[in-house]
Amino acid sequence: MHNVGIILRRELASYFATPLAYIFILIFLVLANAFAFYLGGFYERGQADLDPFFAFHPWLYLFLIPAVSMKLWAEERKSGSIELLMTQPVTLLEAVLGKFFAAWIFTALALALTFPLWITVNYLGRPDNGAILAAYLGSLMLAGGFLAIGSCMSALTRNPVVAFILGVVVSFVFLLAGFPLVLDAFRAWAPQPLLEAIASLSLLTHFESIEKGVIDVRDLLYFAMLIGFFLYATAVTLDLRKAD
Amino acid sequence: MIKTEHLTKKYGALTAVDDVTFQVGPGEVLGFLGPNGAGKTTTMRMLAGFVTATSGRASICGHDIETAPLLAKASLGYLPEGAPGYGEMTVRGFLAFIAELRALEGERRAARLNHVIEHLQLGPVLNQTIETLSKGFRRRVGLAQAIIHDPPVLILDEPTDGLDPNQKHEVRALINDMARDKIIVISTHILEEVDAVCTRAVIIARGRIVADDTPAGLAARSRYHNAVSMQFAAGAQLAAARTAVAALPAVAEVEVSERDARLTALPRAGANILPAVAELAARQGLKLQELHLESGRLDEVFRTITA
Repeated sequence: MHNVGIILRRELASYFATPLAYIFILIFLVLANAFAFYLGGFYERGQADLDPFFAFHPWLYLFLIPAVSMKLWAEERKSGSIELLMTQPVTLLEAVLGKFFAAWIFTALALALTFPLWITVNYLGRPDNGAILAAYLGSLMLAGGFLAIGSCMSALTRNPVVAFILGVVVSFVFLLAGFPLVLDAFRAWAPQPLLEAIASLSLLTHFESIEKGVIDVRDLLYFAMLIGFFLYATAVTLDLRKAD
Repeated sequence: MIKTEHLTKKYGALTAVDDVTFQVGPGEVLGFLGPNGAGKTTTMRMLAGFVTATSGRASICGHDIETAPLLAKASLGYLPEGAPGYGEMTVRGFLAFIAELRALEGERRAARLNHVIEHLQLGPVLNQTIETLSKGFRRRVGLAQAIIHDPPVLILDEPTDGLDPNQKHEVRALINDMARDKIIVISTHILEEVDAVCTRAVIIARGRIVADDTPAGLAARSRYHNAVSMQFAAGAQLAAARTAVAALPAVAEVEVSERDARLTALPRAGANILPAVAELAARQGLKLQELHLESGRLDEVFRTITA
């Protein structure tokens, strides 16, 4: 597992070797704050909390996270560097984990840079800082879930644009699994237990319960399993298709 | 020791590599030859553990590539086709990354980095990103990462492709230098390379091994083996000489090239025709610029067995 760290550091450095990292962080910060102030009515609500800020994270991530994850594997396959990486003495799992954690740390960094808003809300009133911390944790788990999905989609294709679109679509389905928009597609033919199972996969439901400040082990377990499943799927996909 | 047994790779209905069995021992430099699409790269990728064989087995230094892939990969230096790298990394950063993955540490790491930088003359480009490098430098960076951990086995897919003649010469010198204590497999379609570096050549066509021999042994299969070639000072004597040479009992066939006034006499099987031809040239007063005995033409052998 020593190799995970080596691959992680290389990946993380490569984000900052191109303007991509800076552009991503800038856009994330601008949009996250703009949504909180204009759509969320941060001031108008007259409440010292970060609800209007966190409520838009799922929708922000839906488009920004696949932009980070699309290149994870598609680019390695396109440039052929995957052949170089996979013929070093590293396992597929180490490579998948190294790349995933690099992307996750990168988004965590972007998320951490929203701290001025947290300072602002503490300056304006007396917010429940425990709830804010829980919401940050929920947001981070949500980003991890989207990244794991994106990693798997990136392993499916050599084309980063295709990886982006697949990432958005699959993330969207998981985000809204508990809502009529997705459930209606199954309601006509699927039995009730399956419908309930699908509904329970909803990222949004799990995110919202953590975001409200309730850290339930079941929600964390859900995110951990979602991430685990999609990273495993990434490894299986790569094993089958890495040389195509 | 590299060992393959009945190595086979199928892509759907297409059999890319078909029942390939060979062994390579220490001190051998094996040249892997074949037309494009013959299965050279697929075979090398299976040896390097990048492509999984459909059936058959392969091992590197006794480590099976299926059951002990990490040990096999640790004993191996591999240059993939086209020498891919991470474009946004500097050469220095890239080599440091590979050194880390190869678990090189401390003094040995510094010594090995210096060694490959010096031998592949990467000094001037160390701080350049890989995407800005010329094809030649990129190939040399690829070679550097393959040998950085001083592996007992090297598998190099077209190591001199895209290099200029000087760089080719350097890379061949490097391979010859390492050949003494390593097992090296290179693929190439430059036949002169086989003579320059290989102790053995395997020719592969449509996924199958069609020849496995020393370069000299392969050349001996040529119909030009022991042929006598002469070049005339002027084309005028060519026609008369042709008739006289063709009349010699041991000569099977005569080929004439008007363009450079050259006559080539092919012997009957096993015959040595040089003395007879030389004597004839002296007797008839032929004005020669050149007279030499051919060892055989590899390109002709290559075409014959892969056609």
